[in-house]
Amino acid sequence: MMRLLQAVGQNSLAAAAGLGDFAMFTSRAVAVLPATRHLGRRWARAVHEQGVRCVPVVTIVGLFSGLVLGLQGYYVLARFGSEGLLGTFVALTLARELAPVLAALMIVGQAGSAISAEIGIHRNSEQIDALTTMGIDPIGYLITPRLLAAVVVFPILTVAFTLVGLAGGYLSGSLLLGLDPGVYWSAVHSAVRSADVQECLLKALVFGLLTMAICCHSGFTTHRRLGVSGSRAVSLSTTRGVVLASTATLAADYLITSFLV
Amino acid sequence: MSELSPRPILEVTGLRKGFGEHLVLNSVDLAVPRGSIISVFGRSGTGKSVFLKCLAGLLAPDAGVVRFDSESFDGIRGRCSYLFQSNALFDSLTALENVALPLEQTTRLGRNEIVQAAHNALESLGLEKFADYFPAQMSGGMHKRLALARALVTRPHLVLFDEPTAGLDPPGRAAVFEMIVQYRRQFDFTGVIVTHDIPEALATSDRVALLDEGQIRFAGTPSEFAASDDCIVRSFGESNVAIRENAGN
Repeated sequence: MMRLLQAVGQNSLAAAAGLGDFAMFTSRAVAVLPATRHLGRRWARAVHEQGVRCVPVVTIVGLFSGLVLGLQGYYVLARFGSEGLLGTFVALTLARELAPVLAALMIVGQAGSAISAEIGIHRNSEQIDALTTMGIDPIGYLITPRLLAAVVVFPILTVAFTLVGLAGGYLSGSLLLGLDPGVYWSAVHSAVRSADVQECLLKALVFGLLTMAICCHSGFTTHRRLGVSGSRAVSLSTTRGVVLASTATLAADYLITSFLV
Repeated sequence: MSELSPRPILEVTGLRKGFGEHLVLNSVDLAVPRGSIISVFGRSGTGKSVFLKCLAGLLAPDAGVVRFDSESFDGIRGRCSYLFQSNALFDSLTALENVALPLEQTTRLGRNEIVQAAHNALESLGLEKFADYFPAQMSGGMHKRLALARALVTRPHLVLFDEPTAGLDPPGRAAVFEMIVQYRRQFDFTGVIVTHDIPEALATSDRVALLDEGQIRFAGTPSEFAASDDCIVRSFGESNVAIRENAGN
């Protein structure tokens, strides 16, 4: 019993210390923004890394999500004679829930893992130490541009996901199952209010900052993995970054939703 | 050998560093005269790289004081440079961009001045034709020269070299030490070299130090190193020819 309590206590302390370290890391990445120099090129590279390279996966997943929502929604609503509400169902489900969450998970899978691995390799090959000895803040150089890019990329890709998803709902609901297109798009138009769009963008923004900060932190602290080093440490950091970022996305989604509903 | 200033540029007093219960550095004292090149020897695992990282501020010492130009400091940022064993070059940047990086990020120089200074540094190291090459397209020896160009482009007062000849063949090792001596004259820096290359280091350094069991067991000139009665020092002083040549110069 004592051992169990001891293990719980040690793990709790380690988790609290990790959380504190992550908070310090993220706040430092924001605080050094005014002092960070020649940010433009690194920001543009980060936008390309997180944005342009993730467009295919986000649009494909958005399309299939819309197609499935159209199918499921049509048959469920048909039971109650409410097929006309399919546009409302697809639009609100996408805008308020699925688009921010799934877009974030896709970007984490594609870009977050790459970021975590790249920063981990920077750490392993002493490039982060080299920046420090050159008098360059490694957090300002490597992390700040990526967080700034997330602020722009996540909302844009989430909107893209929503629009493609709506098109997917139209394909399955109207073209495959025969719902009148005018009814579908009219329901979409009347269902979405500015509060829904705000919730969508707020979630995208929070998920972007949170997930990219987690992936960056995981790579940056690769050298702290006890008992492992080299490529194994990079591999573990990447896995850890993706798992933590995905879990944090869902937890943050619940918290934001519970405040906004 | 150069004319040494009596006032040390770097003074280390009572430096201690441990990892868990393992004490690596136990009260290290060392003074590095301005303008000199000092080589630090020691068996593998005696904490030579840890010592260098403590000087650079990459590791926080548990106790002790490091003074640079008589001032306490928390790392070598700005006036000093560090040449890593792995060279620590950025793969995604060209040779020119690697060298320009410290100037771009830490000075107020304009773009043209930065590019010119980086080109000059590459030219000094014989790499001007490779300015647009990425590190992956260059050889190990070129990596070393590129890392040195990056270390010297900011005109540092002190350069720390961590195993600068690791992974090089014997002619390559000699070339690296010759390069350090040559550029010390040109760029006028003080150098601290951690190395296992004792013959080369004895032939080119102004002073040598032996780190053993966490302490500086010997510090002096290469000639004093050769004349030492200490059995540990003698076990390292096997390159008498190089020592005599150095003493004779």
